[in-house]
Amino acid sequence: MTKLTNLTIADALDGLAKGEFSAVELTQAHLDAMATKRALNAYITETPELALEEAKASDARRKAGKAGSLDGIPLGIKDLFCTKGVLTTAASHILDGFKPQYESTVSQKLKDAGSVTLGKLNLDEFAMGSANITSYHGTVENPWKAKADPAKKLVPGGSSGGSAAAVAARIAMGATGTDTGGSIRQPAAFCGITGIKPTYGRCSRWGIVAFASSLDQAGPMARTVKDCALMLNAMAGYDPKDSTSAPVAVPDFAKALTGDIRGLKVGIPKEYRPDGLSDEVNKVWEKGIEWLKAAGATPVEISLPHTKYALPTYYIVAPAEASSNLARYDGVRFGLRVEGKTLDDMYKKTRAAGFGAEVRRRIMIGTYVLSAGYYDAYYTKAQKVRRLIADDFARAFEQVDVILTPTAPSAAFGIGDNSDDPVTMWLNDVFTIPTSLAGLPGLSLPAGLSTDGLPLGLQLIGRPFDEETVFKVAGVMESAAQFTALPEGV
Amino acid sequence: MSLDKATVRNIAELARIEVREEELDHLAGELSNILTFVEQLAEVNTDGVAPMASVAAVTLPTRKDVVNDGGYPQAVLVNAPDAIREEEGGFFTVPKVVE
Repeated sequence: MTKLTNLTIADALDGLAKGEFSAVELTQAHLDAMATKRALNAYITETPELALEEAKASDARRKAGKAGSLDGIPLGIKDLFCTKGVLTTAASHILDGFKPQYESTVSQKLKDAGSVTLGKLNLDEFAMGSANITSYHGTVENPWKAKADPAKKLVPGGSSGGSAAAVAARIAMGATGTDTGGSIRQPAAFCGITGIKPTYGRCSRWGIVAFASSLDQAGPMARTVKDCALMLNAMAGYDPKDSTSAPVAVPDFAKALTGDIRGLKVGIPKEYRPDGLSDEVNKVWEKGIEWLKAAGATPVEISLPHTKYALPTYYIVAPAEASSNLARYDGVRFGLRVEGKTLDDMYKKTRAAGFGAEVRRRIMIGTYVLSAGYYDAYYTKAQKVRRLIADDFARAFEQVDVILTPTAPSAAFGIGDNSDDPVTMWLNDVFTIPTSLAGLPGLSLPAGLSTDGLPLGLQLIGRPFDEETVFKVAGVMESAAQFTALPEGV
Repeated sequence: MSLDKATVRNIAELARIEVREEELDHLAGELSNILTFVEQLAEVNTDGVAPMASVAAVTLPTRKDVVNDGGYPQAVLVNAPDAIREEEGGFFTVPKVVE
């Protein structure tokens, strides 16, 4: 029999339903695996007692014929989701000791579906980063190793790096992520798993530690397209507690996986071939186009002319919103406090000690672009360009049903690489940020390996609230890709 | 845009983040690089384009203006680093702000 930790969510649900194993056994298998993989640093907080308690309750529910849609499935929760009574850090020193008195809507919905919580997953501090190297709780390691240099530690991507590493290393069947500029899709690509950032508004942001509120969106990360669909079914839906959550019906995303994409038009944006894009990434992209053609879809070259301005737009909008959102960390109501002589002195000392370098940098950029005299030149200008970027996509979707691009410009890089200059690091998100600015659904799935044996991902982008088409096309690509490679030790 | 030390000092003050004098030069360099990078937006013609604050195309929902949450001061205070407990009044505390 396959190791329990290697099952997909869909197969595990099947096995649980048939009584082949219990939720307690499935959970214990994961807890045991977690103990052997602590070197990855994927979890900030493990919650084994809670997990076993939830697993027991799940087995009881199943026996009583009341199993939910994810009953007994052990999941990891990114440590950006507030979890009642369980330490929630956002990977920041400034939230030291913070135990929320409420549960985020998305993690509650996953509990309501019967899932089991294994613990809280590491991330970049306040989700600001693309390599999971800015966490106060330490860097996360990618379970994949380069063939040429197996001793070299690679980044898992970020910011949902702990989520991606845990799912890839089989120490969670699935995980929640959040994506502001690529934080689900890029780590999914780096770790050889699947992840979707749904349409902005599809999942409630209530109870998720805020980074940039007009961009933040929760989504599932798992090992198959279907598993992501099953998780999103449970996570999505209107929530009166989040005024930007969309009052639209949630379809059964798993039903969208029909395998039939005949006649679909797939946009291939010419602007996503910048100079210096690695040959390997290009080849995987070409392969992806061939798979879709073979399945009866038609590739169409499209133009998204403002693509090159997405990154600078994002690095005004996101820090501006972050500087406002993070004003709440003041040493008064939660987390760290460093005493000072005056109120201002206490604020300044607390925030200097509590925030890491990348977070401080972004707060200061945000403060500057929102300050008197610069607001119009930077912030308003960026908001205008954001509209042009969104309009590019709207025009493209008059011609095509879905867009196919690489997820990231390279495979996973070494811990410590690309970290001399913040702007170089930001280039990792060059293909994911435009989608975020436009609020569109974007899914990354593993499509092949680099010559170094590292996963490469492709991204599918859909119309607003049309995750179904994205899932449908992703399902076809997944079957064609036959991505069966495994990271070390799995 | 190249920021000088005085400007960085002012930004840090506005952001309420203590920055040591010897960090200012390095920070000025980093922030200036970022601003130079984002300033390429200046070449985009945005005449007549309305700023986009949100992609959510929904009108904000409204509800009756009534209290619908609250009444648990202990839960509100429990994470505060230096709160006065509910039994003793139930307050957040800050350093003295009046002389």
